[in-house]
Amino acid sequence: MAYKFKNGIPIYLQIIDELSISIASGKYAPGDKLPSVREFAVDIGVNPNTLQRAFSTMESMGIVHVDRTNGRYVTDDEKVLSELRAKLSKRYIEELVTRMRKLKMSDEEILNAIKRWLEEV
Amino acid sequence: MALIEIEGLYKSYNKLLALNNLNLSLEGGQIVGLLGPNGSGKTTLIKILNDLLKADRGSILIDGKNPSTETKEVVAYLPDRNSLPDYMKIKDLINMQADFFKDFDIEKANSMIEDLGINTNMRFKSLSKGMGEKVQLALVMSRKAKVYLLDEPIGGVDPAARDYILKTIISNYNPESVVIISTHLISEIESVLDDVIFIKNGEIVLHKSPDLIREEYAKGVDELFREVFKC
Repeated sequence: MAYKFKNGIPIYLQIIDELSISIASGKYAPGDKLPSVREFAVDIGVNPNTLQRAFSTMESMGIVHVDRTNGRYVTDDEKVLSELRAKLSKRYIEELVTRMRKLKMSDEEILNAIKRWLEEV
Repeated sequence: MALIEIEGLYKSYNKLLALNNLNLSLEGGQIVGLLGPNGSGKTTLIKILNDLLKADRGSILIDGKNPSTETKEVVAYLPDRNSLPDYMKIKDLINMQADFFKDFDIEKANSMIEDLGINTNMRFKSLSKGMGEKVQLALVMSRKAKVYLLDEPIGGVDPAARDYILKTIISNYNPESVVIISTHLISEIESVLDDVIFIKNGEIVLHKSPDLIREEYAKGVDELFREVFKC
């Protein structure tokens, strides 16, 4: 389950991204316990310090929290989770719209193309 | 206090200056990449750390002591070439390591080698290159050392073996030890490192974490390396 990392962006940020997607998509459900740093670092193939930094940042974002026994859990706060989903989907929309505008499509054409695609699928 | 403290290190071979006023400080709990072209001084530095060579000038402290037989007890070295007697059976190699090193964990060595599906009655020379590398790494990782020096641990082996070796390095992470990995396969190893050293003509030209390199240069370590060491 090793993560693939891109070149220009700090690795700890990419870890936060991948984990956020796993959480937003329900792979790690609200309240689920996450693997320990040690275990997870081996799993995704990263330095434990880098992973710790990613975890700490996610804790300060409220996406994960650490309990008394040092276990790390996905938040079950629906507000935080839906904010996370909103943030991720906004980024995808921005990417999509930017690319389609490069093809010289108007906003109306973009919306219609998306609608057609959704109907076909 | 830093685990490795080097100040003003010089080493020449006849007229060739291999290490030129090298300064370096490394703390425990780090996995450090020592990166540089062939002839940059990497192997010289590793040999000095392992007390296989003496520096001409400068101070070098490993856990507060000068390199000596005493520091050899806390330094574990994986050379880039096999240095073990390959006619020996693996179980005898394990016992030999236990004889040499007080901190050698026989059970750990046996369990790691068993996990590889290797029978310790086999002779080392009957192993494939990839298996041999993994066994050598297992022997080195079975030491409870303060400094691990790994010289090209993933060179010349298949991708699956490389994965295994990198995972082994990560899972043996110890906040009180420092692991120094010298390699050319930078993009493979970058995510495992939390510190990177570029060495050029016997001097350190860069010493930063991979993430700081990415933040500052918007490039991966491999890409930056190619720029810094462009021929």
